[in-house]
Amino acid sequence: MSSVDIDFLRLENELSDEEKLVQQTVRTFVQEKVKPIIAECYEQARFPMDLVKDMADLGLFGANLPEKYGCAGVNNVAYGLITQELEAGDSGIRSFASVQGGLCMYPIYQFGSEEQRLKYLPGMAAGKIIGCFGLTEPNSGSDPGSMRTRAKKVKDGWVINGAKAWITNGTIADIAIVWAKDDEDVVRGFIVEKGTKGFTAPEVHHKLSLRASVTSELVFEDCLIPEENILPGSKGLKSPLMCLTQARYGIAWGAIGAATDCFESAVTYARQRIQFNRPIAGFQLTQEKLVKMFTEITKAQLLCLRLGRMKDAGILEPAHVSMAKMNNVAMALDIARSARSILGGNGITGDYPMMRHMCNLESVFTYEGTNEVHMLILGKHITGLEAFT
Amino acid sequence: MKIIVCLKQVPKNDSVLRINEQGTWIQDRDLTYEINESDAYGLEAALQLKEKHGGEVIALSLGPARVQSVIKEALARGADRGIHLEDTAFDNLDAYGIGTAIAAATKAEGFDLLLTGLQSDDYGFAQTGVIAAELLGLPHTTIVMDVELNDAGLRVKRELENGFFQWVNMPAPAVLTIQSGINTLRYATLKGIMAAKKKEIKKLDAATLGIDAASLAPRMEFRRIYLPQKNKQTQFIEGSAGDIAAKLIDKLKNEARVF
Repeated sequence: MSSVDIDFLRLENELSDEEKLVQQTVRTFVQEKVKPIIAECYEQARFPMDLVKDMADLGLFGANLPEKYGCAGVNNVAYGLITQELEAGDSGIRSFASVQGGLCMYPIYQFGSEEQRLKYLPGMAAGKIIGCFGLTEPNSGSDPGSMRTRAKKVKDGWVINGAKAWITNGTIADIAIVWAKDDEDVVRGFIVEKGTKGFTAPEVHHKLSLRASVTSELVFEDCLIPEENILPGSKGLKSPLMCLTQARYGIAWGAIGAATDCFESAVTYARQRIQFNRPIAGFQLTQEKLVKMFTEITKAQLLCLRLGRMKDAGILEPAHVSMAKMNNVAMALDIARSARSILGGNGITGDYPMMRHMCNLESVFTYEGTNEVHMLILGKHITGLEAFT
Repeated sequence: MKIIVCLKQVPKNDSVLRINEQGTWIQDRDLTYEINESDAYGLEAALQLKEKHGGEVIALSLGPARVQSVIKEALARGADRGIHLEDTAFDNLDAYGIGTAIAAATKAEGFDLLLTGLQSDDYGFAQTGVIAAELLGLPHTTIVMDVELNDAGLRVKRELENGFFQWVNMPAPAVLTIQSGINTLRYATLKGIMAAKKKEIKKLDAATLGIDAASLAPRMEFRRIYLPQKNKQTQFIEGSAGDIAAKLIDKLKNEARVF
């Protein structure tokens, strides 16, 4: 037996033919186009821009949005499988797709006017317009309500002042979905186009995580936004948090991909690595590590499949997504570390994916709601008592 | 040009295979499946011919309800419609039986070109396409690597041994069995996958095709299937150096068959 079992409960048999095909397409794409180049991209701190067209041609951006806007219109389980397979390649590639679809196309679809949808969504699905999402600020992370970025109403539209931090795709984006407080302290969403006077997006350098992904600051200095660029349906902090639920849903699935990639590499290596005249896979302590990984991956797969079915049925609550994001990212991080230890010194090189996934997952662990914040969301769900402050 | 492509659903090539209790085939209850590899290249060849010359590509598969997934995959990649040959009479057929059913279904449909893969990844008989062609009374060519259309019909490239090729001119309609690796398989795009849901899959059974179930009776049976037996044997060859060398050469040639 040479292959590694990554579907112990045969969950593939619970998928529709369409869902299976979507997974197969993205898995093949990642195998053929992402895995051969990703270690070098990571080392060079380079996002592989040429993959954007390939991903767009496959229909991966905003895949669960309607066909009317140039999207594929797949269900939420298929959308989850897309992020899972992309993150088996790299969290940076999955992040690009999550931001483009879940954080930029989704709010335009959900809070935008029909004109805005038709203006931006087809181009974004085609990968011709790249988006970024600006909520987090240098002094406003887990507490987004404390944001300082302001949007002042003027005769010709809105003037935005402030700064956003840790923005995926910021420097390469053609549009930014920016969240700012208006004169009544209500959070509103704005579409800020690249090249708007007073808007700059410098890249963050010297990252030791998500190196195959662009991370930036967004700076707004008396940046005048025309009236038609406000998202009319956005009102209050709930609007950006709805976007985050979309993206976190994809992350919960994505973490399974990273974990599975580490697990497969560890099993393959342990079968081949000979010490004391036998494969290290035959030693009990190695088997214990592998069994724990296998069990946690299987549990995470079950969690996500149920999550997806609930999302498609319209009964998913943000707290459900919190549990999956919290559990699955922590699970993937543990697996990356454990898998790395099976490879010993080899595990720290770029020849194997564990160290890269591990460093990526350190970011994923705290972005899109830190592990602690998701813990408190669930704590509130159980007790009815809020423990944030 | 109307092209029918035969697609067989086979266990995934990374499946964990277990022999069934009767010892006659593999257990199929926990398997996952995919399109037979050379059939997928046949489909791609058909789609490329359609893009170049226009026409229609029809994906055909024989088997239980689960084989609809390979038809749907073909539709997602760009085939126009599907034909599913489903009947309990089609269970456990040998290559002759499958060839008989395919011949009946494709004759009723009519075509310019019928493509199959070179051989299936499970049984590996490499006979189905050829048998169907003979039953249809049509010319056929095997191990095809390239297909061109010309005024007289087809010009096809066959793979021979030792890196040699042969170009063959033949009339259409014809049956070709396609070699793996001859083109680059396209992805099923998400839009293609969703569009496939609206494409027609026609189901046909033995009665509709006018096939007498008795004519499908297998002419071949599996007696026993087993994993390769590993054993080591040591033979000592005695005699003069010349005798030993001659015997060794004989054994390597005729017993071990290493050259």
